[in-house]
Amino acid sequence: MELLKVENLSIELLPGKYQQAGRLLVKPVSFSIQAGEILALVGESGSGKSLTSLALMRLLPEALAIRSGRVQLAGTEVFDLTEAQMNSVRGRMAAMVFQEPQSSLNPVQTIEQQIGEVLRLHKGLSGAALREKIISLLHEVGINDAEQRLGWYPHQLSGGQKQRVVIAIALACEPQLLIADEPTTALDVTIQKQILELLNELRRKRQLAVLLITHDMGVVAQMADRVAVMRDGDIVEQAVAREFFAAPTHEYSRALIHSLPDRRHFLSAPAQSEPLLQLKDVRVWFARRKGILQRVVGHTKAVDGISLTIGRGETLALVGESGSGKSTAGRAILSLEPLAGGELYFAGKRIDQLSQRQFLPLRKRIQVIFQDPFSSMNPRMNVRDILAEGMIALKVEPDAEKREQRLQALLQRVGLEAAHLDRFPHEFSGGQRQRLAIARAIAVEPELIICDEPTSALDVSIRGQVLQLLQELQQEMGLSYLFITHDLSIIPHLAHRVAVMKDGVIVEQGDTGQIMTAPQHDYTRSLLASVPVSPV
Amino acid sequence: MLAYIIRRLAYALPILIGVNLLTFALFFMVNTPDQMARVQLGDKHVSEEAIEQWKAQRGYDKPLFINTAENSEGLLTDTIFFDKSARLFVFDFGKSDEGRVIGADISERMWPSLAVALPTFIIGISVNIVFALFVVMFRASMFDTAAMVLCVVLLSISGVFYILGGQYFFAKLWHLVPISGYLGGTDAIRFLILPVIIGVVAGIGGGTRLYRTLFLEEANKDYVRTARAKGVSETAVLFRHILPNGLIPILTSVVVVIPSLFMGSLLIESFFGIPGLGSYTLDAIQAQDFAIVRSMVFLGSVLYILGLILTDISYTLVDPRVRLS
Amino acid sequence: MNELVSVMNELLSIKPVVLWSDVLIYSLVVSLGLFFYQLSKNPLARQRWRAVFHSRAGVASFIVILFYLLIALLDSLHYREPLEKTAGSDEVHYSQEVRSVLDVVLTELRNKDEKTYSAPFAIYSFAKENMQTEDGVVYRDFPRLANAGQHLADEADHGMDIFVRSMKALLVAAFISAVIIGLHMAWRHRQQHGKALIAQQTLPWGTIYLTLSALVVTCCWVLELSKEYHILGTDKVGQDVLYWSIKAIRTGVLIGTLATLLTLPLAIVLGISAGYFRGWVDDVVQYIYTTLSSVPGILLIAVSVLLIDVYIETHPEKFNLVAIRADFKFLALCFILGMTSWTGLCRLLRAETLKVSQLDYVQAAHAFGVGHNRIIYRHILPNITHIILIALVLDFSVFVLAEAVLSYIGVGVDPSMASWGNMINEARSELSRDPVVWWSVAAAFVLMFVLVLAANLFSDRVRDAFDPRSA
Repeated sequence: MELLKVENLSIELLPGKYQQAGRLLVKPVSFSIQAGEILALVGESGSGKSLTSLALMRLLPEALAIRSGRVQLAGTEVFDLTEAQMNSVRGRMAAMVFQEPQSSLNPVQTIEQQIGEVLRLHKGLSGAALREKIISLLHEVGINDAEQRLGWYPHQLSGGQKQRVVIAIALACEPQLLIADEPTTALDVTIQKQILELLNELRRKRQLAVLLITHDMGVVAQMADRVAVMRDGDIVEQAVAREFFAAPTHEYSRALIHSLPDRRHFLSAPAQSEPLLQLKDVRVWFARRKGILQRVVGHTKAVDGISLTIGRGETLALVGESGSGKSTAGRAILSLEPLAGGELYFAGKRIDQLSQRQFLPLRKRIQVIFQDPFSSMNPRMNVRDILAEGMIALKVEPDAEKREQRLQALLQRVGLEAAHLDRFPHEFSGGQRQRLAIARAIAVEPELIICDEPTSALDVSIRGQVLQLLQELQQEMGLSYLFITHDLSIIPHLAHRVAVMKDGVIVEQGDTGQIMTAPQHDYTRSLLASVPVSPV
Repeated sequence: MLAYIIRRLAYALPILIGVNLLTFALFFMVNTPDQMARVQLGDKHVSEEAIEQWKAQRGYDKPLFINTAENSEGLLTDTIFFDKSARLFVFDFGKSDEGRVIGADISERMWPSLAVALPTFIIGISVNIVFALFVVMFRASMFDTAAMVLCVVLLSISGVFYILGGQYFFAKLWHLVPISGYLGGTDAIRFLILPVIIGVVAGIGGGTRLYRTLFLEEANKDYVRTARAKGVSETAVLFRHILPNGLIPILTSVVVVIPSLFMGSLLIESFFGIPGLGSYTLDAIQAQDFAIVRSMVFLGSVLYILGLILTDISYTLVDPRVRLS
Repeated sequence: MNELVSVMNELLSIKPVVLWSDVLIYSLVVSLGLFFYQLSKNPLARQRWRAVFHSRAGVASFIVILFYLLIALLDSLHYREPLEKTAGSDEVHYSQEVRSVLDVVLTELRNKDEKTYSAPFAIYSFAKENMQTEDGVVYRDFPRLANAGQHLADEADHGMDIFVRSMKALLVAAFISAVIIGLHMAWRHRQQHGKALIAQQTLPWGTIYLTLSALVVTCCWVLELSKEYHILGTDKVGQDVLYWSIKAIRTGVLIGTLATLLTLPLAIVLGISAGYFRGWVDDVVQYIYTTLSSVPGILLIAVSVLLIDVYIETHPEKFNLVAIRADFKFLALCFILGMTSWTGLCRLLRAETLKVSQLDYVQAAHAFGVGHNRIIYRHILPNITHIILIALVLDFSVFVLAEAVLSYIGVGVDPSMASWGNMINEARSELSRDPVVWWSVAAAFVLMFVLVLAANLFSDRVRDAFDPRSA
């Protein structure tokens, strides 16, 4: 018996200030979920998967409207209900878990109030019974010391705990359908795994129907019974998970599956070349101030004594979760952050004691690519000015005419067109922007590029292309990369060596093959365990 | 907390010294003590002795900022600036140029000021919040649009016209309240009604619009979506989730003016003849009494800084996320 | 031909007077033009401005503001007329009275003084006077006005005359508007021939035509009726109220623009340095603006204006003309108003600079070794201009309103200068009279209200389009 049945649901953007005609954001889509089943709705950002889930709950923002279709939830026609009747469906029959646990809890209410609200509303609980139920829910979602945490506010909990509270709210009234919209995207990988396991366990225990919305094929592989792939507002393929991974029919599905890491083939380290960059016991500390006179009472040790070596033509991946200090280390190498101790050598020369002026010649040789392609380019400058800025500042090509030719050649090298020089950043997609950022970095012909999570803001299908480009450039120009990332899955294709960072120190480093297959440190093992694996 | 407050008070000191330096510098940039004496003594042909005597009596016979004649001790202290401003820090305002005791005047006149300003403040904020909530409840409807147009119209009218209009209709045409004046005790109410109403009405346009924006900002946040997904009704979402969160920026932004309520309103007090600090200041400005103006500037700064500290403290009271460090 | 020569002669004989505020307002218009030209080159900015001008309220309020600005600009070209030569002297003396081009346009209004108050459209004075009949009997009654309704043969025609003239004005206005709109529509039609697709994304021409027609109608009606009547009555000394309220437009517009602009460089330089360099620079800037903003604004203004007065009194030799004195005081007032408001903008700019300088593109520029000046000029400044812009348009109406209050308190513009605040101040005491003399206040109210409302509507649109938060 199907619990949820969606037929020909379509959503349109209503005509508004900036466009005259309405626009169809979700084309008529149909799918169904049975009790105890997980349907994964997969797609990249903007494919309309979140809108579809909001439409099921009739929670679309004001500018959007349901154009057509019907939704049956346990035999009830959802679109025929009045708003008041709908309120008794939301939270009781169907519940939602959202992506950002940070913002999806009310900041000024306690945990108890927020879980209690939904119980009070649908179950009419109060007093001691309510309290007891809340505590048992918190236990069920794996929050320890539930009794003590009742009076806590969301900001006092960690990200993973917050998501557990959100799940507790969703499950409080024993709904039959759970809609989880990217429930783990905002969490660190180790926590991600725990939350997914929790969802899976609850599904089994309660015979929940789950609509799991995600862009991450690893999550799909781990969780889904069935898969629906969404692209540009349309479902292009629906299949049972095993068949889907074994024999995807749609080309786009194949691209998605292909983005999963291959754990069997590794880059072999190049013949031991001369070291280009060496870090010896590097420390970056931030002062903590306190008291009436704001004395420095201690230091936040963002980077606390790391030693690394990158050879010419080599890629070193610096892996760690958010807050581990990996980006700070990158900034320190670029001399954007002062060192609290340790030594930095580049091509055999010590560089950590240079003044900004003395460092100038090195800026040509060490370049950087940032994570967010939307903030790494000045929106008020056109592509020509963006690319030429470094060349002018570092006097790489003072002749204007030759520079123009170089710029055109650069754009073509990274897979864009020479005519794009007069465009502005907002006219490009995320992947194209990241290509621009690469072009900007290689414009000054550097020897080392610090890549700070260059692909984590990109959709999976584009991620591979950008990584491919980086590798080609490495071979052509003999570049070295320090590749900062939290995503272990991209490492096998990319890095020769890996260093794992946690709380400002490096817990383990070695060749990619060794780290990925025979990790020594517990932390590395737990990181690896949480990396999704292709089931095939 | 205590350490924080002490630190903030310590920060206030250089700011207050700066304020005094500013007023002194401004004043003596165009004026010399001699000129002051001449203006005060009234006659163009005053004898040198009379001027010297006037200056000596009022302590204007010293150098302005730096006394080079003194040794290291008196270098900075034996000056007009130190003399006049050091006393302000212990709230000894001295005498006005006319010879009245400023401190006594202030403590006498701040009560009528407060009697007008406090009700205006409280009623004004409550009215604006209620209106804003109303508008937010019907957001993106014709009512919302109409209310916003009305707000823009209201806030495009100068406060002077609200006062003139109010006085004309309420007092002159319909004889509901006296045009102006003030009496102590319960009689005061008759005189206070109109200024308070006008003060409230004049603020509705800007206030409602601002608070609506703040509420709408909250209404678009993720936790509101969570609440809706729980099955909470739209009214309950507004009152249980949007209102408490929206009140935080509203309350904390108005706290800063609370101490300054003592200063009264220049405009309202002078139009309605209320003997408060506002009209006191205005009279002093018009009589060019520097001693009073300087005292009021100092008092105003102190109250403003007090307001800033109160703002920070109020954050910790209403917002569980904020802790003072 | 002879006539032309005499006009030329007359033109050559006048002595232009350049006031500082005139220079500033014209250079302001020029720099605004340059600024918009710069903006138009950036597609992002162009898109935002399009959002402003494609909204009906935005474009209508903009036209109204332009109209006010035009009047202010006309009123900012000053000159002095030569006096009749005294016998036996070749030296040309110039009138002490400084006129502007606007005065030429409004000559009819300016030269129609009465003795004292008269109500709008009245033909009798507001106050009784002793008069003599032809046979010498003295009696008291309301005298006829010297310059209003003199052409009426019969007083009973009064209402009819106003109606007929109004209709006439309306016809003329309708004709003028029809010609302008017709010509423009024809031109647009030719432009758009074969470009039907572009027509979708076009300005709200209907609103533009409507606003323009409304302005044309108002102008025609006022010009026609003011030939024979005091549309808004006369004031205490018999001057035409309409004339003074139009003259006050310059004061209002200039105070709204110059007050921010005079202190804009200070706010920009300090705000950006504090946010960009941080450390001790930040401490100093924060100290400065906390100190300044802790002084109650109105007191700071009052003190400063008093001091300006003292300065003018003690240096009479520098201000030989009333106009120059008034202008000095006016600029000083603008500067002081700006001084009390720049701290807010500075704080905003500091915060935004802090944010922008953390962005990756600034970090990337650092990584390329781009110098501080260049980073500020190329990366920071362009990305915070929207804040400056929003502050400019928001402050405009605030200052226009502030002027009225300040002039009322007695620390506003010079009493000799036409301003709405001064008009209110003068009329205030007369409100207790019976019957009430309401027209000065009403005139100031209407003209001010229209300007401030237009400015507020426009600034709303600008904020909607440029503030990322409101989107």
